[in-house]
Amino acid sequence: MNPNNYLLLAAILFTIGAYGVLVRRNAIIVFLSVELMLNAANLAFVAAARNTGTLDGLVAAFFVMVVAAAEVVVGLAIIVTIFRTRRSASIDEASLMKY
Amino acid sequence: MLLTIMLLIPLVGSIAVFLLPASKPALAKQVALGFALITLVVSSVVVVGLDNSTGLLQYVESYEWIAAFGISWTLGVNGISALLIVMTAILVPIAMIAGWWDAENATRGTAKGYFSLILILESCIIGAFAANDLFLFFVFFEAMLFPIYFLIGKFGGPQRAYAAMKFLLYSLVGGLFMLAAMIGLYVVSARELGTGTFDVVTLTSLNIDPGTQKMLFLGFFFAFAVKAPLVPFHTWLPDAAAEATPGTSTLLVGVLDKVGTFGMLHFLLPIFPEASKFYAPVIIVLAVISIFYGALVAIGQTDVMRLIAFTSISHFGFIVLGIFAFTSQGLSGASFYMVNHGFSTGALFLVLGYLVSRRGSKRIADFGGVQKVAPLMAGMFLLSGLSSLALPGMSSFVSEFLVLAGTFAVNQPAAIFATLGIVLAAVYILWMYQRMMTGVPSQEVTETVTEINRRELSAVAPLLVLLIALGFFPQIALDSLNPAVQQIQEYIGFSDPQAPVVIEGSGE
Amino acid sequence: MIAALIGLPLLGAVVLLLGGRRTNAWGHLLAVVMSASSFFIAAMLFMQMVGKPEEEREIGQFLFDWIAVGAFQIPFGFYLDQLAIVFVLLITGVGTLIHIYSIGYMAHDPNRRQFFGYLNLFIASMLLLVLADNYFLLYLGWESVGLASYLLISFYQQKPSAAAAGKKAFIVNRVGDVGLALAILLMFVTFGTLSFEGVAAGAGLAAPTTVTWIGLALLLAACGKSAQFPLQSWLLDAMEGPTPVSALIHAATMVTAGVYLIVRAHAIFDLSETARTAVVIVGAITLLLGAFIGTAKDDIKKGLAGSTMSQIGYMILAAGLGPVGYVFAIFHLLTHGMFKAGLFLGAGSVMHGMHDDVNMRHYGALRTMMKVTYATFALGFLAIIGVPPFAGFWSKDEIIHAAFGQNLFIGLATLLGAGVTAFYMTRMMAMTFFGEARWEQDVKPHESPAVMTIPMIVLALGSAFGGMAMLFIGDIEHWLEPVTGFAYPQNSVSKAVLIPITLAVILGGAGYAWLCYGRRPIPVDAPTNVSLLTKAARADAYGDAINESLFMRPGQYLTRSLTWFDAKAIDGFVGGIAAAVGGLSARSRRLQNGYVRSYALTMFGGATLIALILLLVRL
Repeated sequence: MNPNNYLLLAAILFTIGAYGVLVRRNAIIVFLSVELMLNAANLAFVAAARNTGTLDGLVAAFFVMVVAAAEVVVGLAIIVTIFRTRRSASIDEASLMKY
Repeated sequence: MLLTIMLLIPLVGSIAVFLLPASKPALAKQVALGFALITLVVSSVVVVGLDNSTGLLQYVESYEWIAAFGISWTLGVNGISALLIVMTAILVPIAMIAGWWDAENATRGTAKGYFSLILILESCIIGAFAANDLFLFFVFFEAMLFPIYFLIGKFGGPQRAYAAMKFLLYSLVGGLFMLAAMIGLYVVSARELGTGTFDVVTLTSLNIDPGTQKMLFLGFFFAFAVKAPLVPFHTWLPDAAAEATPGTSTLLVGVLDKVGTFGMLHFLLPIFPEASKFYAPVIIVLAVISIFYGALVAIGQTDVMRLIAFTSISHFGFIVLGIFAFTSQGLSGASFYMVNHGFSTGALFLVLGYLVSRRGSKRIADFGGVQKVAPLMAGMFLLSGLSSLALPGMSSFVSEFLVLAGTFAVNQPAAIFATLGIVLAAVYILWMYQRMMTGVPSQEVTETVTEINRRELSAVAPLLVLLIALGFFPQIALDSLNPAVQQIQEYIGFSDPQAPVVIEGSGE
Repeated sequence: MIAALIGLPLLGAVVLLLGGRRTNAWGHLLAVVMSASSFFIAAMLFMQMVGKPEEEREIGQFLFDWIAVGAFQIPFGFYLDQLAIVFVLLITGVGTLIHIYSIGYMAHDPNRRQFFGYLNLFIASMLLLVLADNYFLLYLGWESVGLASYLLISFYQQKPSAAAAGKKAFIVNRVGDVGLALAILLMFVTFGTLSFEGVAAGAGLAAPTTVTWIGLALLLAACGKSAQFPLQSWLLDAMEGPTPVSALIHAATMVTAGVYLIVRAHAIFDLSETARTAVVIVGAITLLLGAFIGTAKDDIKKGLAGSTMSQIGYMILAAGLGPVGYVFAIFHLLTHGMFKAGLFLGAGSVMHGMHDDVNMRHYGALRTMMKVTYATFALGFLAIIGVPPFAGFWSKDEIIHAAFGQNLFIGLATLLGAGVTAFYMTRMMAMTFFGEARWEQDVKPHESPAVMTIPMIVLALGSAFGGMAMLFIGDIEHWLEPVTGFAYPQNSVSKAVLIPITLAVILGGAGYAWLCYGRRPIPVDAPTNVSLLTKAARADAYGDAINESLFMRPGQYLTRSLTWFDAKAIDGFVGGIAAAVGGLSARSRRLQNGYVRSYALTMFGGATLIALILLLVRL
């Protein structure tokens, strides 16, 4: 199969994720979109690794997975705390840290 | 090793003072004074042991520091830097004695903080005078800003925060330009030598092409001109000097600013000889403007501390004038001027500080008739003032005249204009004396102003004795300065112009 | 020996000024002893010098190297020759007399010790000035006498007018000092040396314009110190100082330093016609201006000050005449030193008896109350107006004679000056000692104590016989000749004609004054309906007004506008940058709105931008 197709799929997934981050207000959805973007990047890495026949891309993909897992833990914890105090998961409500 | 030890003594002292309990301010002060005096002794040893037959660096010590960038801990002194170090070591204990109770009057900060900051400052200044690695110099050059920043910002007058911030920003901007030029110089040295270096002696031997020199020169010059300060980069000085305590002002104007003019003499001229010659006419004009501008604005001041600050701007004009005349008289005169200016301005700041703290006002108009209630104080003030206006018999006269003689040989209009400056000096000093000291004292003056006490006298009197002694025996200092100056002339490839008339039989 | 000459009074000054109150009791005596021993040393040196053959009379003393930087080699050394020794004798002699006089005059002043300290300081500085062996060391003495003069003029520091007068004297002198500094700078770059010998030897080899410039710069210096036009204005104010000071510093010694300088630098002036002409013109203007001011003053000291200006004008004029005049400039300087000091001391004695009132309109008929003062003052009077055989006659007549040899107008100016001198001095005599008493209510004039009158008597004897002694016994023309050169004036009017004319002019001036002031009663309040000329003379010929409108006002305006410029323009610019940065950051921080979405969008935009750039660069 043409490797470009994998990259194209990764780009589409990334764009969907980015769109989600920008337009959705629910923190959980935004979070899911971020995951989508990360995995789009992973797909690109793996595809590139397959293409070049080296391990570099695979290693990078593993790193991303580990970081993503850690990020999910921290991120979800924050969201849960915000939800507890504010009774809302809207990210627009959490805008206290400004000028 | 001696120089490193000399530099570390005040640093160790400041840590020691800082570790003492805050409940015993008197002990802290005594310990601080003790360390300052030890530094003075060590620096005297350095000067006495100086070999006056050579202008090359002495007491050189070099240790590898950051080898990857050719940075090393290189210290060394010649006659000029050794004298400036002694001047620093003399002024620090004097500023301490004069400001013995200054910290107690401050709204924030403690006595031990004040004294330990002064010691850190001393350490940095000695480092800056002794450093012969450009990077090391830069480190000291920037590091000394912080003790002064806190000395002004914590212990100063009502506008201290503004003044301290202004000082810091000015100096940092100057330092930024210097940093850029320094990196440029490193790159040039890497291109020339294969491996880059910050070692000053190596840098002086480089043959940098004139175009590059001119660009790099400006970066360094800007930093030094801010520090010195030259008009129009001067406005931080009056604010800082007026807001700081008198002791801090003494160290700030008397010592710290000398790093700027010292930098011109020690780094700019030897490393960038072509550029120095190229820019000399412009800088001489700037210096003459400083002389007049500082003097005229000083005459117009109503605040005594600001007045003294502006007279210093005028004096720095003389120093820069002498440096960029390149003649042996100009260079020696300028170096000697730096030392004398430290003493005479220090004496003025301290005496005025005594008066201001008694009267509780810095306005000239609030004084008058002090001579009647405190004749000795008025006498001290007059003597310091006379040294500031370069009265013959005072050491400042010798240096000022040497600068004029050195300048006259190469640039007559500049020298003639600068000579006219001596009239203005008489105006600002004597008019101030007339307004503050003579006449019938007002009731407030009679009530508040008391005669100078023993501690205060012991701080000012040594300075005045030094000024008069060096006025009659300037050769003690000049003997150390001359070889160093000759070395600088060699670096820039400049020799004194010959007098057109050679008289038979009068030569040596 | 020479060093001791200076060292003794210097030691006295140091002891008195540093010793504090402990020395109050005996301080004045110490000062007198120091000054007197200096005089004895001087007399000894003089005797030694007289005993030597003419070419061995100069002696030098090298103390140490003062300054040595490159070619700038200045020894701290002294040089005593025939010219210096006469000055030394005058300074220490008159100085000692005035020290003695001051014991009485300052007896009730709480700061008497300080006063004597300053006097000793002055003697030391003045000796340094005349004994220096190079121009740079001379400069040290030159400014040190200025300092002593400043301290003594503003001795009564609580009097605002005295404080202002001292400051004015110092600053005006500083303008002159610029001249001396420039002359020294020019000499240094031209000759590479500053010793008197070196400059004299090199003068002939230098470019003529340079020599002229040096001469003019020296003239500026002389104008400042000697209160010559256009720097004359400080001398009248300097009378704020105690009267012994006016006698010593502002009549007999310091103000004549300008004459000394010109004569000492005669090698320069010999070579420059232009510089000499300038000197003569300055002298002529000042001698007339000073005499003119003297005619209208009611303040006895200011009248004498005007007279001093005028007499120094004579000396400067004589010095400008070249070798025909140098000797007589010094001769007149010496006689003037004696009779003017005597006159000032007399004035001081009168003031002492009149509750320090200086207004001559409150005097009158004092000749019976103050016999000694009257007699000594009269001798000084006869000497200054130039009546033979008193001192002034011999010296002034020679100057007039030499001036006619130079130029008819210059000669006439000196002759006119002599007439005016006779006028104002007669006026002063008449108002003070003759006529009816116009004393203030509670004033009871009395003669001064012996400690004051004895110096006056000595000086009066000097005024009477000093001229003859110096001319006939001392042979001053040939005494000074090895130093200054000497020539008889050519093309002048014969003395046989000139002397009667001069005497007639003097008699005319004196007689007219006697008609105006001796025969008529003098109003106690100065009349106000006077001619414009009198008004001008009372206002010191508007010297202060001119200085004020030409220098002070514009100067004040300049300092004020520069201060404004500094605060508003330079600091405003710097502050403006700070304000601009502050304003910008106040705006830009609004971007931190707290919405995660907008941050993400910015990030996305940035990432896209970078991607685009990478693509473009690759293409």
